[in-house]
Amino acid sequence: MNSIRLKLTIFAVLAALLIPACTSMAPSAPTTSQPAPASGESAPQPATAPASTERKVVVNWWHISTAEDHKALWQQFADEYMATHPNVDIQITVLENEAFKSKLTTVMQSGEPPDIFQSWGGGVMIEYAKAGLLKDITPDLDADNGAWRATFSPGALGVYAYEGRNYGVPWDMGMVGIWYNKALFEQAGITSPPKTWNEFLEAVRKLKAAGITPIALGAGDKWPAMFWWAYLAVRLGGQEAFEKAYSREGSFTDAPFVEAGKKLLELNRLEPFQDGFLSATYGDQATIMGNGKAAMELMGQWAPGVQKDNSPDKQGIGENLGWFPFPIVEGGAGDPGDAFGGGNGFAIGKNASPEAIDFVKYLTGKAQQTRLAQIGIALPVVKGAEEGIEDPLLRVIQSSASVAPYFQLYYDQALPPAVGSVVNDSVQALLAGAMTPEQATQAIEDSVAQELR
Amino acid sequence: MESLTRHQVNRQSLSTQRLSTALTAWMFILPALALFVVFVVYPMIQSVYYSLFNWKGFGSLEDYVGFGNYQRILNDAAFLRTLSNGIALVVLSLMLQLPLSLALALIVGRDLPGRRYFRLVLFMPYVFSEVIAAIMWVGLFNPDPDRGLFNAILVAMGLQPQTWLGNPQQVLGCIFAVLTWKYFGFHMLLYMAGLQNIPREVEEAALIDGASGWQMLFFVTLPLLWGAIRTSVYLSILGALQQFGIIWVMTKGGPVNASDVMSTYMYRYSFVRFQLGYGSAVAIVMLVISLFFSIIYLRFVREQEYA
Repeated sequence: MNSIRLKLTIFAVLAALLIPACTSMAPSAPTTSQPAPASGESAPQPATAPASTERKVVVNWWHISTAEDHKALWQQFADEYMATHPNVDIQITVLENEAFKSKLTTVMQSGEPPDIFQSWGGGVMIEYAKAGLLKDITPDLDADNGAWRATFSPGALGVYAYEGRNYGVPWDMGMVGIWYNKALFEQAGITSPPKTWNEFLEAVRKLKAAGITPIALGAGDKWPAMFWWAYLAVRLGGQEAFEKAYSREGSFTDAPFVEAGKKLLELNRLEPFQDGFLSATYGDQATIMGNGKAAMELMGQWAPGVQKDNSPDKQGIGENLGWFPFPIVEGGAGDPGDAFGGGNGFAIGKNASPEAIDFVKYLTGKAQQTRLAQIGIALPVVKGAEEGIEDPLLRVIQSSASVAPYFQLYYDQALPPAVGSVVNDSVQALLAGAMTPEQATQAIEDSVAQELR
Repeated sequence: MESLTRHQVNRQSLSTQRLSTALTAWMFILPALALFVVFVVYPMIQSVYYSLFNWKGFGSLEDYVGFGNYQRILNDAAFLRTLSNGIALVVLSLMLQLPLSLALALIVGRDLPGRRYFRLVLFMPYVFSEVIAAIMWVGLFNPDPDRGLFNAILVAMGLQPQTWLGNPQQVLGCIFAVLTWKYFGFHMLLYMAGLQNIPREVEEAALIDGASGWQMLFFVTLPLLWGAIRTSVYLSILGALQQFGIIWVMTKGGPVNASDVMSTYMYRYSFVRFQLGYGSAVAIVMLVISLFFSIIYLRFVREQEYA
């Protein structure tokens, strides 16, 4: 009898221990440790304890700047800030672009965003903001008569706003354009960069004839391929076509979008991309360019840095690298100056401490922005910091982007994430011959109709 | 009167003993059961619930769609493609991977000189993590002959380089080759264990009766290996149906669904397209398919064990 009682007791204790453990575990199982609360409760430390045992404010910062120079600079900024603010502990997580997107989605679904993280603004950021996962930093921007706000160029700041409230700030803004290898162009007998789509196709033909791979493309990652279709749509339809389709007055099956698909197939028929481009990643694309094995790539302002990082001698193609804007399409409704692109920014997670916001303020300070510009991987968004841009090509991009009559944010960022992903998938299918231009736009339209009700 | 009381007492002590045994059993089961409920049953029920909503994965569950997600799944050509890809992988595994594993087990399981060395080498791929293996193979399949080994070999032999993973017609074959390379060692191990359980006497008796090598294989070894083969087929089919890591790292299911399977499709909807409700419905469909297969298989194949 005694043993029964004993067992019953053990059973009851075990059950009592496990059940609350289970129930409390269930909702919070995937959460990670959170930053310590602001140091309001800093109890007086014993006099003998060293200062380092004081409770520090932890700031979690996720960025995707994997290029050596850039990663080191971010680390340097964090170290500098921590040196002047000993109560702050900045913990950096560096993630590769695609890995970052997956990991962020998971922590977002668990409701625990990092304090500061990479963002491209637009539709994806809006989804997070709507779900209450981001911190509204509008009051910080407007404090002291909008001192912080005034440092930014307004267009770039607007990308990180939703219904007039800012949930993040930019640190880079530029545009997509065609990076080309001057030596290979010369070899193929192309004297000046093409200005129109027909001239561009002609250049591709000449490069093919000279036995050079005209274009490097990482269509396995999908978004690099989307750039081609989207830029064609910008040239053909301009501001009006996109805004109508987005506001549901028009549709993504409208003529300019279908026509963009047809033009892209016109290009694809010349077989301009390297072999196996459908499974290549953006890393492969940059490697091919950086090794001088393809003549062109359509990419944003960060391209030279990534090319260098992916080349064997870390120098890329050096002086041979040139840049020209996306060719205008004959008869298109878009203004030749219209720019397609975007930039990089940092969004602020809902649990961010005032210290985290102060650190972001430091990161986007003029001095830091100038230093960022100097390493030639980003185009500053803070007024006056463009002086730091040493690379003449990046200067051209910066000025082209800043005078563009219409600035189209990347489609996969401007649209809700589900649609962005359908756009990317459809363009890949278009290039693989699995969809016609009409079917691709219909797939996009179906998704838009569902998401933008 | 006295005997009756004793009988009652006996009965009572018998039932307390039973209770005691049951309690002991429950005590041992409880921790594992709790983990199972928290990490398997609870998420499953949660997924069923999520699958009834149009939900992005964060924010509140508002948009109830009933079985709408399931309807969409079954009408989606891309999902049907994942089914046919899955079946192709299963069929290829059964036709090629398992016979290969069996043949190797028969060779290295017996008296081959240096068999330990071969066993080690053949089993090694199974020990690698899926991600490491996949990244390594992506490198080997690189379409640039200067960077990818396979195309370098083709070019050196004067043949046309292939685009491998970039070619919708080749990609599933490439994936299957990697899956075979990764998992044949595991199946080989199963067969080797089975072979060791076959008593030498049976084979000796067959030899004395004048059985040829092939006769021995088909009438003695294989029938006695039936248990191992059954397990291996079962694990191989379930493995192929649930494969995710290698495919996601190598191709993300692309180009254009050409190597998409149910799990990559589910992942894409849940974590790339932010449609966790739909993704949950896919997970449930996947669960039902796997469960259905398991029950049928256990019922019709396993049953023979006791027949």
